[in-house]
Amino acid sequence: MSLDPITLAVLKGRLEQIADEMDATLFRSAFNPIIAEAHDASHGLYHATTGETLIQGKSGLPVFVGAMSFAVKAVIDKAGADGDLADGDVYIFNDPYDGGTHLSDFKLVRPYMRDGKVFCWLASVGHWHDVGGNVPGNYNPVATECFQEGMLIPPVKLYAAGKLRGDIVSILRSNSRLPTSLYGDMNGQVGALDLGIKRMDALLAEYGAASVEAALGELRARAAKMMRANIADLPDGRYSAEDWLDNDGIVDEPLKIALDITIAGDKMTLDFSRTAKACAGPVNIAYSTAVAACYVALKHVFQDVPANAGVLDPIEFKIPEDSLLSVKAPKPVGGYTETILRLIDVVFQAIAQAAPERANGCAYGTINALSLAGWRKNGQRWVMFSFFGGGHGGHPQGDGLNHGNAPISTATIPPVEILEAAYPVMFTQWALRPDSGGAGKHRGGLGAVYEIELLEENADVFLFGERGKFAPPGVAGGQAAARNRFVYAENGVEREPPQISKMVGLKLKRGERLRLETPGGGGYGNPAERTKEAIERDRTLGYVTK
Amino acid sequence: MNRKHVIGVDVGGTFTDVFVLDESTGKVEISKVPSTRGDQSVGFMAGIRAKVPDLASVATVVHGTTVGTNALLERKGAKTGVITTRGFRDVLEMRRRDRPTTWGLWGTFEPVVPRDLRLEVAERTLADGTIHTAVDLDQVRAAAKTLIEKGCEAVALIFVNAFANDANERAAAEALRAVWPNPHVSISTELLPEIREFERASTTALNAYLQPPVGSYLQRLENRLKEGGSDAQILIVQSNGGVMSVESARRRPVRTALSGPAAGVIACQAVAVAAGFPNVITCDMGGTSFDVSLISNGEAALAAQTSIDFGMVVRTPMIEIVTIGAGGGSIAGLDRGGLLQIGPESAGSDPGPVCYGKGNTRPTVTDANVVMGRIDAERPIGGGKNKLDVAAAKAAIETHVGMPLGLDVMAAAEAIIRVANARMAGAIRLVSIERGFDPRDFAIMPFGGGGSLHVSALMREVGLGRALVPRFPGVTSALGCVIADMRHDFVRTVNRVLDQIDMAALAQQAKDAAAEGGKLLDAAGVGFASRSVRLSLDMHYLGQTHTLSVPLEASEFTAKGVMAAFERAYEAAFGRTLKGVAAKVLNLRVAAIGHRPKFDLRTMAPTSTTMPTPRHRDVWMEGAWHKTAIYPRMELPVGAKIAGPAILEQPDTTILVEPGFAAQVDAFGNLIIERG
Repeated sequence: MSLDPITLAVLKGRLEQIADEMDATLFRSAFNPIIAEAHDASHGLYHATTGETLIQGKSGLPVFVGAMSFAVKAVIDKAGADGDLADGDVYIFNDPYDGGTHLSDFKLVRPYMRDGKVFCWLASVGHWHDVGGNVPGNYNPVATECFQEGMLIPPVKLYAAGKLRGDIVSILRSNSRLPTSLYGDMNGQVGALDLGIKRMDALLAEYGAASVEAALGELRARAAKMMRANIADLPDGRYSAEDWLDNDGIVDEPLKIALDITIAGDKMTLDFSRTAKACAGPVNIAYSTAVAACYVALKHVFQDVPANAGVLDPIEFKIPEDSLLSVKAPKPVGGYTETILRLIDVVFQAIAQAAPERANGCAYGTINALSLAGWRKNGQRWVMFSFFGGGHGGHPQGDGLNHGNAPISTATIPPVEILEAAYPVMFTQWALRPDSGGAGKHRGGLGAVYEIELLEENADVFLFGERGKFAPPGVAGGQAAARNRFVYAENGVEREPPQISKMVGLKLKRGERLRLETPGGGGYGNPAERTKEAIERDRTLGYVTK
Repeated sequence: MNRKHVIGVDVGGTFTDVFVLDESTGKVEISKVPSTRGDQSVGFMAGIRAKVPDLASVATVVHGTTVGTNALLERKGAKTGVITTRGFRDVLEMRRRDRPTTWGLWGTFEPVVPRDLRLEVAERTLADGTIHTAVDLDQVRAAAKTLIEKGCEAVALIFVNAFANDANERAAAEALRAVWPNPHVSISTELLPEIREFERASTTALNAYLQPPVGSYLQRLENRLKEGGSDAQILIVQSNGGVMSVESARRRPVRTALSGPAAGVIACQAVAVAAGFPNVITCDMGGTSFDVSLISNGEAALAAQTSIDFGMVVRTPMIEIVTIGAGGGSIAGLDRGGLLQIGPESAGSDPGPVCYGKGNTRPTVTDANVVMGRIDAERPIGGGKNKLDVAAAKAAIETHVGMPLGLDVMAAAEAIIRVANARMAGAIRLVSIERGFDPRDFAIMPFGGGGSLHVSALMREVGLGRALVPRFPGVTSALGCVIADMRHDFVRTVNRVLDQIDMAALAQQAKDAAAEGGKLLDAAGVGFASRSVRLSLDMHYLGQTHTLSVPLEASEFTAKGVMAAFERAYEAAFGRTLKGVAAKVLNLRVAAIGHRPKFDLRTMAPTSTTMPTPRHRDVWMEGAWHKTAIYPRMELPVGAKIAGPAILEQPDTTILVEPGFAAQVDAFGNLIIERG
């Protein structure tokens, strides 16, 4: 069946609205702030037999856009092997090797059935607050196996033909430090899937299954065409970039992330062959995660391409099986965010060579997952787990944004007053960090300084960060930003962690402080070309003091 | 002469609309004059004088103003300083660590107060209200002195955790006011004693930034009225749809951020309720945007906050308005995948659509309407404009949409309208279906100039029950000014689990806030028909971060009563409740409302008794030209019934009744469109 162009445009809007509404429903009903405030979740529609992304919500975490198709495929394979798929089934799992990202991300996958056949799949993914493992909040910087990072659940039915399996819920709850939060988030995700089914029923009743199916196929073809047009705009050639991770948390040695992009007509090859081999610590990622990260980077450059598998048609990936970008169980992957931020940085740096007018300096490049945990006087457990911000890169239109969120996410940070009301801490500083933006014709944005004092007797502190040794680079002649810095007091002396950006089991006592100084963004263009007025203004406002 | 006139004035970007009610006769008059950029008070006075030559007859002028909104959007507020807690001067600039767009990393942000005008003082309150460090008032005075020396006209005072205990902030406010040379001092807890420092800081700083320009504008208005021999009282419409006194507006100008649009929604609410339709979705289609609001059971939905621009958050209750980039000037074109797309890029009103002949060559929604004969090219609305250039509009549609899609020009024009309708329908679904409302229970109510052409299609697309086109869609906001009640909102942060709340104390807080609101109503010197108090709690399950607004009766201030009210609201919003999970109350909200005397909207009804004779013109609908009757809308008598296809023209809008629909004039002069 072929569709007229108008119905196609209308259906595109309707389908996107369904995914967006699923996002919004979960954000409003989720329990943990990582979903509710940071929007670390995503929803979409996926192909009946391949699991490819058909439509994905626009407000969820960007990195899931590429990763979810792998998760749905894992469920398709599981259901195929078991041969017992029924209407009303909901699969649940968090296996990162089969569906991307890390153990904290629980995927709920549900078939949308039509006349006894799968029409498409609906899926919901959300970052749960705590899924067991050695470290509250699950960013364990010294994990050497995934078993130290949290529980690992393979695809199992949470609902069988519409009936909740209470035993599965009990298993999940028993494996978390925060079972109520887990239960609330799980319910929110089920609610989002219910809503998606309801909306699909209405849409198919209105337009007919054949039209909707035709639209989904056509949108895929259009997405591929769009991406080809974008690639063809870049000059043919080979563009290479290298960047580094500080270490893997176990062995204090830098890990190389290298990319060679080849543009040939309307095709692009992303070759990561020169990247470091799988490592002992948790900065490995699965193949699906690597593909998803590249998609995020390219969508930042080509903003018009939709969240649809067709976008990846003209792109070839070369990622060797022994690479740290393609690991299998039980290699630890808990720190995947740091590695994919570096992938995005090398894509930006390589694109900057091909088309400087479309590029920007690298953003701060680390999420700084900081966890403070302890017990209150009344015996109640508390876990403060947060990601922190930094500067964005300078760009062709101006200086980088001060204190932005990571390119892989749209997360906002909770207000100080919410954090202080919830946890026994006092922030003594919440400020921009002068001199942290990379110099350039357009300066990188500033990172931040967060200083925290403990108000309870004791707390254990964990930090999973990066960019402590290798600063966010500038592009097109712009300079690097300031590096990440974590400082804590030990017997009155200021110290930095042995592995610079990662810290395990630091004991903090009442009245003691720790300080996180985050990187700014890399500069854009030659600093000698910066205008006098801009330099003067930087001094007046204290953005630059040296 | 006795003071008999109540006048509503809405100053928009292009026109200043005036709605005059003679309370002694119930007679209504309207006027529309060009807005005067630079000093809006000139157009304001011209609009009033056009209908009321003797200003001594004016009792009250109620004003919807965009002075505040424009100052924010154009960054033309006063030079403002901030005094805040040591360690926190960058809160305003760091925002909530966001970025302007999800995709693309080329954002920038300039706070309204630059970094060198944000000063810190030693002081600290903890989250539980404990004073950790008493405020150093010498530092406050020194900071004030520095800011004055640097030329600041206004100042904002924002202390961390002041919502939990405002002792430090109050002491500092007193010291600050003692040395500050003018009244432009904004204190965070006086404006918004609510948890979340960025939202409070932003609201407070923007308020200070607006105090001088809004204050001097209001002064000019008062002077001009006085010079004209009037001692009329001036009231200002707030974003929440209620009015406030000039004195309140001077102190809280940030509450006027959505003054104009809010007045429009309030007018729709009154007109719809009077007409017997308590459930309506209002839509205002302008040049670049389409604004939608929902009125359920006669009440407009309120939002807790909005962003005027990236990073410019105003947190104060306001009429909830959903905006999408699809207006008459929205540009139609193909994306790189070959898919037809409308907006968000817009030609606005200058250069405007291709048919305006002012240099734009890319087709817009208005161009498609003109080519299809839905807009009369010979007599465009708004009066003054020249004939519209149909040939140019056709050529643009053919080049940019028709040829690339393989459609002839008429099919291409229809495609533009269909896709634009689909986008508008999406916005309507967002405020209705997505919030759990059934569109069949709602009427769509267009106001402003553009929406009335699209109502039949939107009814079909979303499944809305009917359309209600008010008699004067072009001056709806001015009418709203005359109708609006006086309203004062208060918020108190509770931030406790339900079973740890002293309910008697909470009820007392609600009472105190209501009393404070009552005093403000008294002080305004307005005669009210009646008064009421609305109570609600912002609540969630312990562990969630988003809250739900839970309406409450004064008699329900018990743990059991509150829990029951919460579960009702949660069930309605999410279709489930979570047994065994504790509930938490974040904020108490109190609104004190003074209901102004209502006038009989029937006085606006047409007086004609005979059906006018229609002209005819060909209009393109559903793939063919239809010979269509064209009626002068203002001449239709009450009860007139017209079957589609038909076009109803009036000076400020054009209404399209598509085939399969029929329109009828009700007793108020509204047009009710239903499936025929």
